[in-house]
Amino acid sequence: MSKRLLQILLPAATGVIFILAWYALRFSMNEEMQFLLPTPGEIIASFRDNGDSLARAALNTTEGALLGFAGAIVVSAGLALTLSLSSLIRISLYPYLMMLQMIPVIIFAPILILWVGPGLKSVVVITFLICFFPLVVNTTQGLISTDRNSVELFRMYRASRLQEIFLLRAPAALPYFFTGLRIAAVLAPIGALVGDYTAGSSAGDGGGLGFQAIIYSSQAKYPALFATAAVTCVLGFVFVGVVVGLSWLALHHWHDSYERTDT
Amino acid sequence: MAATPLVELHDVTKRYGAGPLVLDRVSLVAAPGDFISLIGPSGCGKSTLLRLIAGLSPASAGTLQLDGRTPEQAAAELAFVFQEPTLLPWLTVASNVALPQQLRGLSPADRAATSRRVLDLVRLGDRAAAYPRQLSGGQKMRVSIARALSLSPKILLLDEPFGALDEMTREHLNEELLAIRQQQAWTAFFVTHSVAEAVFLSNRIVVMAASPGRIHTEITVPLTYPRTAATRLSREYHDLVAEVSRILRSVESAAA
Repeated sequence: MSKRLLQILLPAATGVIFILAWYALRFSMNEEMQFLLPTPGEIIASFRDNGDSLARAALNTTEGALLGFAGAIVVSAGLALTLSLSSLIRISLYPYLMMLQMIPVIIFAPILILWVGPGLKSVVVITFLICFFPLVVNTTQGLISTDRNSVELFRMYRASRLQEIFLLRAPAALPYFFTGLRIAAVLAPIGALVGDYTAGSSAGDGGGLGFQAIIYSSQAKYPALFATAAVTCVLGFVFVGVVVGLSWLALHHWHDSYERTDT
Repeated sequence: MAATPLVELHDVTKRYGAGPLVLDRVSLVAAPGDFISLIGPSGCGKSTLLRLIAGLSPASAGTLQLDGRTPEQAAAELAFVFQEPTLLPWLTVASNVALPQQLRGLSPADRAATSRRVLDLVRLGDRAAAYPRQLSGGQKMRVSIARALSLSPKILLLDEPFGALDEMTREHLNEELLAIRQQQAWTAFFVTHSVAEAVFLSNRIVVMAASPGRIHTEITVPLTYPRTAATRLSREYHDLVAEVSRILRSVESAAA
């Protein structure tokens, strides 16, 4: 059997087994407890009943995730460039960068609400904070890991500092940047969801998936909660998928990780 | 030959910080067109000497003049070929070769013409659009040499460029290098571990000794250019390889 076919059949088979196990578990439960685990069918049905609110929420969360993600990319690129200039700058700033990552969102959210108000702004800031660290750490590492001979080659030809950064260090850092970007892409929708859950607002239809989850849970709409989780997963797959595609576009010509092997 | 010296080293000494002496009062004069091989046991400072000439590292004492100027001032006349091909993997072969010109601010049109010319010189004109990872080790090294030649340097510095290649490829590249030199008049400093390579390529071989690095002997290679694969079969060539090997062994056993 060809490898390609296996790559489709195997995950499909796993999925079927998983769904069967799901139904088995559900129907082995006591009747009065069955509401705790809706069947896949009930979850799909809940998409129909809550389609509008789910779609609106997904759109809002996507907006927050995208803005926070994009902001993290821009700011982390600038900061990584600064950090790459000197080890003294790195030593001075690294502990605080780590602190930034360690701040628990749940504690920070109420403060953030006071600062920028609930809703999209808070969601964007929280997404930004969650995506920022893996991006800045990986990109910085890439910028300072340039092959020493290549740097000397540039010095030999009296390259300017800017030429060295943009023609050598930045392209050499791309694989590292994309590693950070993949991690950040996984985190962005989760960040937006958590941000929305802790600092979201329904004002002007602005609620996202996190906010919607609170509503469904208060209404005991358990299938809709599962549907919300599914939508978040899809959102995550879209983010990661786009990043994987961009990474392929930027690297497949030359980087060893895309080397074609004949096995 | 009484040509004005192109490279002049006088009592050049190198020490890294408070560390041991790496080079001890090295004096060497190269005339235009010289092909000088630097050979010696590891730690004799031959690569360091090359880096000093390249201006990649300053001398601790002594004077070093290229065409009457410091290595810094003479940067435009210099090209360096590293031990590894040191190609940028994200650039095509043509763009890699054009890089020095790009850094000098030459227009893309000028760059393309020169790149094509030097790539033809190393017989890789048909691989211009390839990426480095699609090339063999020998081809990568030829691209690296083409890049070094792209700014028409007066002085070519080569730091064991063929050390990682197999014997056959190395011999072919040696022949190609000499063939290119027939067309372009540069002066070469060539660091190598291979006696055969040094004899085949150079008109002068400088044997260096270690701890501290210094010049031990200089040997003149009287073989006439152009040299070809047939040169390697000659009696004279074999005698020279034997003689240089003997000197090198005496230097190495003295160090051991």
